Amino acid sequence: MIKFKSIKWNHYINYVVIGLFTLIFGIIALCGGRFDNSMLFLFEKIAISVILALSLSLVVGFLGELSLGHAGFMCVGAYIGGKLAVLLEPVIGDGVLSLILGLIVGGLAAAICGVIIGIPALRLRGDYLAIVTLAFGEIVKSLFQNTSSESFGGALGLETPRFNKNYLFIFAFLLVLLTLAVIQNFIRSRHGRAVTAIRDNEIAARACGINVTKYKLLAFTISAFFAGIAGVLYSFSNYTVQSAKFGYNYSIEILVMVVLGGMGSINGSIIAAALITFLNTKLATVLTGDLAVLQNLLYAVILIIIVIYNNAPALKRFREKYNFSALFDRLLKHRKDPEHPTDDRAKWDVVPTKIEMNEVLSVDVKAQNLDPNREKGGKR
Amino acid sequence: MEVILSTLINGLSLGGIYAMIALGYTMVYGIAKMLNFAHGDIIMVGGYVIYVSMALGNPLLAILFAVVFCVLLGMTIEKIAYKPLRGASPLAVLITAIGVSYLLQSLAQIIFGSASKMVTVYEFGMVQFLGVNVQVSALVTLGITVVVMIALTLFVKCTRLGRAMIAVSEDKGAAQLMGINVNGIITVTFAIGSALAALAGLFYLLKAPSISNTLGAMPGIKAFTAAVIGGIGSIPGAMLGGILLGVVECISYKITAIAPYTDAIEFSILIIILLVRPTGFLGKKRREKV
Amino acid sequence: MADYILETKNLGISFGGLKAAQDVNIRIKKNQIYGLIGPNGAGKTTIFNLLTGVYKPTTGTFFLDGENLCGLSQDKINHKGIARTFQNIRLFNNMTVIRNVMVGLHSQPDNPSTVWDAIFRFPRHFRAERLMRERAKELLRIFDLEEERNNLACNLPYGKQRKLEIARALATEPKLLLLDEPAAGMNPHETEDLEKTIRFIRDHFDMTILLIEHDMKFVSGLCDSITVLNFGTVLAEGKTKETLRDPEVIRAYIGG
Repeated sequence: MIKFKSIKWNHYINYVVIGLFTLIFGIIALCGGRFDNSMLFLFEKIAISVILALSLSLVVGFLGELSLGHAGFMCVGAYIGGKLAVLLEPVIGDGVLSLILGLIVGGLAAAICGVIIGIPALRLRGDYLAIVTLAFGEIVKSLFQNTSSESFGGALGLETPRFNKNYLFIFAFLLVLLTLAVIQNFIRSRHGRAVTAIRDNEIAARACGINVTKYKLLAFTISAFFAGIAGVLYSFSNYTVQSAKFGYNYSIEILVMVVLGGMGSINGSIIAAALITFLNTKLATVLTGDLAVLQNLLYAVILIIIVIYNNAPALKRFREKYNFSALFDRLLKHRKDPEHPTDDRAKWDVVPTKIEMNEVLSVDVKAQNLDPNREKGGKR
Repeated sequence: MEVILSTLINGLSLGGIYAMIALGYTMVYGIAKMLNFAHGDIIMVGGYVIYVSMALGNPLLAILFAVVFCVLLGMTIEKIAYKPLRGASPLAVLITAIGVSYLLQSLAQIIFGSASKMVTVYEFGMVQFLGVNVQVSALVTLGITVVVMIALTLFVKCTRLGRAMIAVSEDKGAAQLMGINVNGIITVTFAIGSALAALAGLFYLLKAPSISNTLGAMPGIKAFTAAVIGGIGSIPGAMLGGILLGVVECISYKITAIAPYTDAIEFSILIIILLVRPTGFLGKKRREKV
Repeated sequence: MADYILETKNLGISFGGLKAAQDVNIRIKKNQIYGLIGPNGAGKTTIFNLLTGVYKPTTGTFFLDGENLCGLSQDKINHKGIARTFQNIRLFNNMTVIRNVMVGLHSQPDNPSTVWDAIFRFPRHFRAERLMRERAKELLRIFDLEEERNNLACNLPYGKQRKLEIARALATEPKLLLLDEPAAGMNPHETEDLEKTIRFIRDHFDMTILLIEHDMKFVSGLCDSITVLNFGTVLAEGKTKETLRDPEVIRAYIGG
């Protein structure tokens, strides 16, 4: 029997915050309160981003593999789930049931793709895997783009049934809670430890009896499943699904959320996803007309500055002096009892974008050409 | 027969462009060990510089300007965005490169607007070649790429600087101990890569005389794919991968049934090749020591 | 119960044309502390890699407790009862000390918590976690690491990292423990301490240990028997003291 008082509330603070948020706004909506349409749309967008970031963080932050094709899984989910809802509409109406069925089927379809893309992940590492995932995303995009207008709508896009906008965001937030629960529970278990162990040292993980194949596939599958769910949600939130949306640019946007949130930090991913989506949407409304182009510029500049600030070796001393992330940690994490399972936060460098196998500029140089003495002699 | 020959020539010419860009990826990867995601956008910058300097009326001068501008830009980007992160995690550098890519695209959009601009560098027309009608521009592209590649290979193989580049790519630390200026080599690499990208920009304008701020995005990704197919870090590999991809693309476009799926086919080839040869055609593999 | 806990038969592997190991026959009895020595590049670590499934042997096979394990994957071999440490320490650096050990406990047969148990937080998950935590603490106590259990593994001093790696290997409850240069980089005091620890492991866990070491004093003080490798082949084997006096062995080490 689990003792009630042994539950550490601060480990579940993320549920509490999101749950309360959902509850408050849900009650208002269900009691007949009406929100501004743009606000509803923002809520849905944030929920979608958070689900995407959470699911990607499982692969990038915890498994330590770089994936640039997350939007591809989302695309599969959006099309398959959306199409199912279209087919079901005459049968069971555009109610909750068709949404739920769409979510399940869309998620499963994406999960199958996750297994497929997980297979090269067993053989490839680092940049090579990154380009394969990127290629996967582009393939999916291109395949759906060229479908006929009767099947998936082709370049015009697939129209999805209109779900009552006023309640959709409640669903979206409930799905965020579900994603969070599944991924966090997975990570905070022996299975999650196995996944982090593979990230930290694959060879040692194998020697410890961990079935690396199984866990890599599992991580990719779970991650893809939730990306698919986010896709279905997107298809309902947006009314139409157009495959052009799911290019590698979108995958990179999700990756940026995970990276800025701190690799292997669940709460960090959530906050970064919500914040970036919020800022992007707000900037888009503030900067209109001629100023609209400034949005991308600002985003780019901020991104570069944040990454350099956080990572430049030369700024290390400065960072230690003004340590924002420690402040963050203090707010989010629990210093009192570190024994309880929490997220294994990783440093940035756990994801090898550089492969262990050393690449070399090769033009068949003979060994003597590389004779160090000759180089040195020439210098004098 | 004629169709096959002309497709092949077009394919080789497109492949030459891809190879040109892929060389930039592969050299930067081999030496700085980073994926320069902004590389594709240098092509776009090169195109715009040609567009602007065509006002002078002299195409050769415009090309020269484009190359010089892109070289300076490449070196500046390296200095401002990548150099502070030397020694930091590769992922941080990757994200910065993505940021730089966004930055270049949005700057171009601010300066030139998002509508595409028309620019004609030079009217080449068509010519009879081996019994088929081909675009002269395709032949010119092919010719220049061949010359550039030979020059580059000789440069890396035979000059002191080129050999120093190989040394840095083999082992940065050891190269430094041997008195090679590693930072300088990295800057030179970026300069060469950017010059090649500027030329690629020119070739794109010869192919289709319109330019927009996303001109470099897809060619960048394709060339990256080509570099990986050939084995990233390998110079002949980049050439091989680029030409393979270009030929495949042109053939696929010619066959009506699969033409819309060209992108998908190219990326599928990448996945299949990597599954068979995890380090590409000519990539070197070093086993991690247990 | 077989006569030998580990028996290799003509074990060998070649990389391209290079024969890294050839016709290696080693027999280890239960509860032995067995040494594997030889000059640099003699193929000692290669033998470890063969025994743990990192490489698949090109010739020969090996038996653990009478069971042929040749050709199994690394994790299967570990489940069957061979655990190892590495020459260059391989810890899960971004995980805490206790969790490093808990990864070792991952595949315990009495740990049935499935992925579904974990995701839905069924009681089985909590039971498994509690059990693993307690066992891990016990192991850490034995290795005097309990105080540091919540530190990151990469922040441990060198000697403790070595100990943690051994603790993690023991957590998988092996029948045979392979230690790859456990005393490398240690000062005489630490080496002495390690010697005691290894003896303690043998007695307390009823363990058989095969170790690679260059420190001859350490080997002769600890191992009952040794095998000497040179250029991938067995040069000599037998009781430690006698084998070390073998002129062939001395020549291989000193040269000439």
